[in-house]
Amino acid sequence: MLLYILKRLVTVTPVAFGVSIVCFLLVHLAPGDPLSAVLPADATQQTIDEMRAAYGFDKPLPIQYAIWLWHVLHGDLGVSIATGRPVAQEVGRAVINSLILASVATLIGFTFGVFFGFVAGYRRNSILDRVASALSVFGVSVPHYWLGMVLVIVFSATLGWLPPTGAGPDGSGNWRPDFDHLRYIILPAVTMAVIPMGIIARTVRALVADILSQDFVEALRAKGLSEFGVFKHVVRNAAPTALAIMGLQLGYLLGGSILIETVFAWPGTGFLLNAAIFQRDLPLLQGSILVLAMFFVALNLIVDVMQTALDPRIERA
Amino acid sequence: MTAPLTAGSVALDGNITAAPDAPEAFIASRGFWGHVGHRLVRDPVAMAAGILIVIVIAIAILSPWITPMDPYKGSMLRRLKPVGDATYWLGSDELGRDMISRLMLGSRLSLFMGVTPVLIAFVIGSGIGILAGYVGGWTNTILMRTIDVFFAFPSVLLAIALSGALGAGIFNSIVSLTCVFVPQIARVAESVTTGIRRRDYIDAAKLSGASAFTIMRVQVLGNVIGPIFVYSTSLISVSMILASGLSFLGLGVRPPEPEWGLMLNTLRTAIYVNPVVAALPGLAIFIVSISFNLFSDGLRSAMEIRQ
Amino acid sequence: MSVIPNGPDPFATDRGGPAQPLLSVSGLFKHFPVRKGTGPKRVVRAVDGVDFDVLKGETLSIVGESGCGKSTTAKLIMGLIERDSGEMLYDGQPIGERAMPWRSYRRQAQMVFQDSYASLNPRMTVEQSIAFGPKVNGVPGRQAVERARALLARVGLEPKRFAGRYPHEISGGQRQRVNIARALALEPRLVLLDEAVSALDKSVEAQVLNLLLDLKAEFGLTYIFISHDLNVVRFISDRVMVMYLGRVAEIGPSDQVLAAPSHPYTQALLASMPSLDPDNRTQEALLAGDPPNPIDPPSGCRFHPRCTLAEGVCSAVEPPLSSVMPLHRVACLARQPGSGHSAAPSEAIAA
Repeated sequence: MLLYILKRLVTVTPVAFGVSIVCFLLVHLAPGDPLSAVLPADATQQTIDEMRAAYGFDKPLPIQYAIWLWHVLHGDLGVSIATGRPVAQEVGRAVINSLILASVATLIGFTFGVFFGFVAGYRRNSILDRVASALSVFGVSVPHYWLGMVLVIVFSATLGWLPPTGAGPDGSGNWRPDFDHLRYIILPAVTMAVIPMGIIARTVRALVADILSQDFVEALRAKGLSEFGVFKHVVRNAAPTALAIMGLQLGYLLGGSILIETVFAWPGTGFLLNAAIFQRDLPLLQGSILVLAMFFVALNLIVDVMQTALDPRIERA
Repeated sequence: MTAPLTAGSVALDGNITAAPDAPEAFIASRGFWGHVGHRLVRDPVAMAAGILIVIVIAIAILSPWITPMDPYKGSMLRRLKPVGDATYWLGSDELGRDMISRLMLGSRLSLFMGVTPVLIAFVIGSGIGILAGYVGGWTNTILMRTIDVFFAFPSVLLAIALSGALGAGIFNSIVSLTCVFVPQIARVAESVTTGIRRRDYIDAAKLSGASAFTIMRVQVLGNVIGPIFVYSTSLISVSMILASGLSFLGLGVRPPEPEWGLMLNTLRTAIYVNPVVAALPGLAIFIVSISFNLFSDGLRSAMEIRQ
Repeated sequence: MSVIPNGPDPFATDRGGPAQPLLSVSGLFKHFPVRKGTGPKRVVRAVDGVDFDVLKGETLSIVGESGCGKSTTAKLIMGLIERDSGEMLYDGQPIGERAMPWRSYRRQAQMVFQDSYASLNPRMTVEQSIAFGPKVNGVPGRQAVERARALLARVGLEPKRFAGRYPHEISGGQRQRVNIARALALEPRLVLLDEAVSALDKSVEAQVLNLLLDLKAEFGLTYIFISHDLNVVRFISDRVMVMYLGRVAEIGPSDQVLAAPSHPYTQALLASMPSLDPDNRTQEALLAGDPPNPIDPPSGCRFHPRCTLAEGVCSAVEPPLSSVMPLHRVACLARQPGSGHSAAPSEAIAA
């Protein structure tokens, strides 16, 4: 098992490098001088040259990449142009908030998704199945930012039960798991949960239906095993794939949180990314994307290893 | 010697001989896509979705001529009229423009930005995937590992990152979305082609001395294009949501162009005043997106014929 | 006579005359690496030194159990897999060299596969599948279709009913007829049939075998017939080659090999066939021991762990193919004079 983990780490390393190269290049894709965001319009050529040297833009691209990578590996993601604070600090703070939101959303989505999926899988082609399938199609097709708006309209603007934006009553930057903050996480988490719910429900339905149609289930029943016993078998067979999908969904939510966080002004990485884009704050942009992408890569690796550990059919090493 | 077959008899291997005076026309079979269409037409959900899509496309094409009012002309006096208003049946937006007209014209850009990236990605992704899948070996490894790097990004993040880097605008949004979908389609294409590569009929085609390109074109393409196409149609709804999302963030279409995502953004501030109108553009996105999804599902079911 | 009326005479391309073997294979080797990365490199020795000739106008059958290398040999002969080493001559010319490039060879040698369904493109009609080969080789489209229809008629499928059909719309026997038609479309001289009738019902199998015999006589074809069914082999072959674990065990005229087998493995194979005669029931199989593992074959004679005649010398020396009678060769130390085996005949008897 350990050998397998090591092997996977080796395969992941070039991908991680590729990701870092893409992140680095993104910023240089931008048309126009990266410096233009920093400098006033009437800066003299001398100032421009000095700034360019200071930021290291005068060196060839591969050298810039190497320098940048060196800094990154030491935890230095640069300094935000807008706020002047270290990027690593800002991103670090924001990542925690995003993780909390994404995790809660994934849990909600997973729970409901698995429930609907099981119901649909057990009662194929019945009314319950159609309803569950309809809900999962809904989850996959709805523009979640719109759903967020609708929920805000209903629960906040109209009914006034829940706050519309923010992570805490004092507009603070962080969410704490105490009662005051609980109300703030409900709407964003539920909104976010809809997507994984749809995908997980669909997948679990297919999995359960497939497992139930296999011969060994009939054999178990013929042996006299109770329905609950059969159910436990189904769960054990479906678990590896279902958990893997859940892990992947967590990754997607983490990476794709920008839209929901914008709607709810949730102080996470997505919100930070939004600000970075519109302020042309390139170090911040670069840093946030890199951290998010690396999280996703790490998550994929964990999911992969976990699936191998749980599913005895997969070859190890 | 093969036993002489009398007319109208059935030989042991099922070979039927026609009676000599039967009409001797060549029996043409319906073919693969014919079968798919045949089954699709009998699926009510898919058909309803398909009809809706056709209607929306028609509206999109015809909108410059059929909007009841000028979508660009606003009036500060008549801002945010509610749904059911005498003049503005679906209300007016925050600048007093008629919602029906805006929604209709907005369908053009929303559909265009949703469908075009998938179309382009379909062509590019299929090309890369089929090539990698058929040729195998080092070509496959290099191509697929490069694709994996893009897979290391969650799609929303990649789209936004690329858009953010390239800047706002329709063209840039289409480019960034295409970059998001090419790896996904390429992966499906490669996987399907690899599944076919080892089949006996490909070996038989190789035995005829045909070049690799000819075999890919004549023998492989027809067999793989179906699943790739269905997968691609399932991406359209995602693409529409993403494209509108980009506009929602201000990264896509710029005002005053009507586009559903952008409209959703500009109407956000109005949710306390006129929530229903503020939600309308998102409803439009939702309806079109779910129609594409249902149609794509129906297409997939129709294609699950015994091979 | 050619497949198409007034077409070119296939014998016109005959170079070496009737005495020259149509196909000559010597020293054929093919090892497949085993995927597991850790540890010393291991290979599956699928084809481990095979020599044989195929004479013009004959039907040579290749028999053996699963894993003996018959299918791999077939693919090597057809060029679907690249050989590790060994020489293959077609009508005296090395295949793949200037005088007989692969493209030319492909027009001379064709193959019919076992799985009639998997060997036809599900998205192409029957006549499109048959016409593909000629089209690719420069025959104009209309002519290719005409040829396809003529071939369909020749294999017993009425063109008007079958030309436009798809593979899933016809039965297994009909599909195999289509495959035969497709193989003949390029007017080959050599046809390799890899378990071509194994998947068919018995009655259909008989019809297809009869068709194959007719076609062979009419077009002057040479067949290599791979099968595990010894009854079919007895019916259709002129010569039989028995393979075991990637090597040739015995090769000779079919009446000799099947009626009076020389190699212990062939004897065991024939003895283990279920008998239809209640007075002559088959007793227990003569084959003992575990089925062989092509990754780690036994030393010396491959068959010695399961052989009733095995002695010490058998695990030390790999027996070469030697003649026991004219045209009948066996790879067994017990049949080879002077081999050191106690049952070996003395030198004087050897031909």
